[in-house]
Amino acid sequence: MTTERMTGAQALVRALENVGVDTVFGIPGGAILPAYDPLFDSKQVRHILVRHEQGAGHAAQGYAMVTGKVGVCMATSGPGATNLVTPISDAYMDSVPIVAITGQVSSSAIGTDAFQEADIVGITMPITKHNFLVTDARDIARTIAEAFHIASTGRPGPVLVDISKDALQDTVEFAWPESLRLPGYRPVTRPHSKQIREAARLLVEAERPVLYVGGGVIKAGAAAELKVLAELTGAPVVTTLMAKGALPDSHPLHMGMPGMHGTVGAVGALQRSDLLVALGARFDDRVTGKLDSFAPDAKVVHADIDPAEISKNRHADVPIVGDVREVIADLIVAVQAEHEAGRRGDYSAWWKQLNAWRETYPLGYDHPEDGSLAPQYVIEQIGKMVGPDAYYVAGVGQHQMWAAQFIKYERPGAFLNSGGAGTMGYAIPAAMGAKVAKPDAQVWAIDGDGCFQMTNQELATCVVEGIPIKVAVINNGNLGMVRQWQTLFYNERYSNTDLHSKRIPDFVKLAEAYGCVGLRCERPEDVEGTIAKAMEINDTPVVIDFVVHKDAMVWPMVAAGTSNDDIKIARDMAPDWENGD
Amino acid sequence: MSRHTLSVLVENKPGILARVAALFSRRGFNIDSLAVGTTEHPEISRMTIVVNVEDLPLEQVTKQLNKLVNVLKIVELDPASSVQRELILVKVRADAETRSQVLETVQLFRAKVVDVAPEAVTIEATGNRDKLEALIRVLEPFGIKELVQSGMVAIGRGARSITDRSLRALDRSA
Repeated sequence: MTTERMTGAQALVRALENVGVDTVFGIPGGAILPAYDPLFDSKQVRHILVRHEQGAGHAAQGYAMVTGKVGVCMATSGPGATNLVTPISDAYMDSVPIVAITGQVSSSAIGTDAFQEADIVGITMPITKHNFLVTDARDIARTIAEAFHIASTGRPGPVLVDISKDALQDTVEFAWPESLRLPGYRPVTRPHSKQIREAARLLVEAERPVLYVGGGVIKAGAAAELKVLAELTGAPVVTTLMAKGALPDSHPLHMGMPGMHGTVGAVGALQRSDLLVALGARFDDRVTGKLDSFAPDAKVVHADIDPAEISKNRHADVPIVGDVREVIADLIVAVQAEHEAGRRGDYSAWWKQLNAWRETYPLGYDHPEDGSLAPQYVIEQIGKMVGPDAYYVAGVGQHQMWAAQFIKYERPGAFLNSGGAGTMGYAIPAAMGAKVAKPDAQVWAIDGDGCFQMTNQELATCVVEGIPIKVAVINNGNLGMVRQWQTLFYNERYSNTDLHSKRIPDFVKLAEAYGCVGLRCERPEDVEGTIAKAMEINDTPVVIDFVVHKDAMVWPMVAAGTSNDDIKIARDMAPDWENGD
Repeated sequence: MSRHTLSVLVENKPGILARVAALFSRRGFNIDSLAVGTTEHPEISRMTIVVNVEDLPLEQVTKQLNKLVNVLKIVELDPASSVQRELILVKVRADAETRSQVLETVQLFRAKVVDVAPEAVTIEATGNRDKLEALIRVLEPFGIKELVQSGMVAIGRGARSITDRSLRALDRSA
């Protein structure tokens, strides 16, 4: 063991180096200031000075999503820490491994309502996987080791480490723990073989199975195994919003995305299924629709690393707790054994039905009659031209759903978005974090004009730090998804959804003010040329203001709280389920 | 709804009570009673939590509790195979006229008087919930001036200890 005397702040930086951190996103302030001094000297850790702590948190998420490593953000006490609450909550909902390090007032001042004091450990208790308050310099290194272990193992998630200023300033012997002492933390990764065999048996006996794939498959790095299992069984696959790319969209077994804005084929597959094999998915309400009418005839095999997800929303007939990569690998072996024993599923009638839905109800959209831009067309063209090797980072709303629908994802992890929390403003900072982690990849933020105005100040960070992301602002001048609901459910009473952002601000001038290249595109015939121009610029961020028609809507749609059976393919238009029977 | 008694072994760390209590409220469960104290091992505290829930939500709250990093072990104690006790202190109006009746009640319930004043007595009683509710019902006509109840504590019958294995886990990770 190394023994060396240093300050708590130096111990913090040394600990971050020891766990392999190369990037920290953050903003200094009073209480965290001691940490920033040794950070200045670190040869390993690059600190990226953001413009708002929320940006630091989302950037850490973007970094984590594209590397699989723990993303790190840092802020001072009080408002610095509370500004991290939204990204921490976002990371909690989407199981993203991040560690947030916050300064706290000196331990003697805790509880006195001191300047910039906030009980961030109390505040973030329900939105972190775990959190720590450190008031003794001797605990800093060990706590950092534990925090990174907890964030990155089991079901990943955010961990917050709050360190008092005096702990950062005190002098200690640096002691790096040889083993971690977390007796209450033992994630189960090895699935139970009996459950696996039972799942395999159900798969070969089923007539209408569906592999319902969630974000856990991407987090577990199990895309290759999934492809093998799908092809071995011949079962259809649906990938949720968090699982885009877990199976290539072009794969013939892929039925698309299920859920509120899923394809008719994917939603119908779940509803008519007799066996759901849920892999790293959590039966979110946006997938199930009205829960008691969801997949009424289906038995459920539910595999997840988090035991609390199993049977939380939908009863699991075969619960499997384990790392989904190991689960799928074991399932492959068990299904092969069934095949060798002469038991094989016959899904031919099922595929006849599925193919009929797929052919009859493909995703589509109309071009506006007035010759203005269809937002779906813009997003589809970006996907086609930029290609499957890029990363696409969406905000939240209509553009997010179109980015899920009309960009074809061929590899896991290529699509980043805020799924569970639905955080507007996610895209710009998350794209920034992704680009820092993958500087040679194309990173495109597909953002809405509403989202963009929540976090676009990070463009300053991108320019100063040399992080040349592309930003496609899908500008319909409105809070589009909210407006869509007003159109459908509030008699077209557009209360407070008009942002006037086709006029204010001028996004091209805004981009230029930040030192980015700003482009504008208002006509369909200019879309390709504008995207091509943006793709040629690689030394500075590019913002494209795509001025699109405001009345475009996301279809299909299952209205909130209704059954998946009541999916609409356009306003007042339901699919004919029996088609193809 | 049915009552369940959970024994929760936790690491004796700051904030653990807040974590557990917040988890119950966040997931929409009401705690009927909660008692917490250290165990024979100074690093382990034990919470006895009584909840009123159906079986399925109970399973969910148990799983969520298990996810708390400082929670070591959760055991549901069946009333038939465990000893469950609460303690109450109750201040009852007792003047010269009623005092003897109050004291008779105290004897009947094997409670004891811990403080006496000219107008009132303070009674201490332990037992399971049924017994204590019965005592309170009998005392009510005399006039209850003040009542305070502890949370329930419970322990399994027999020679086995639920802390043994958790202790071993603690030792292993040390």
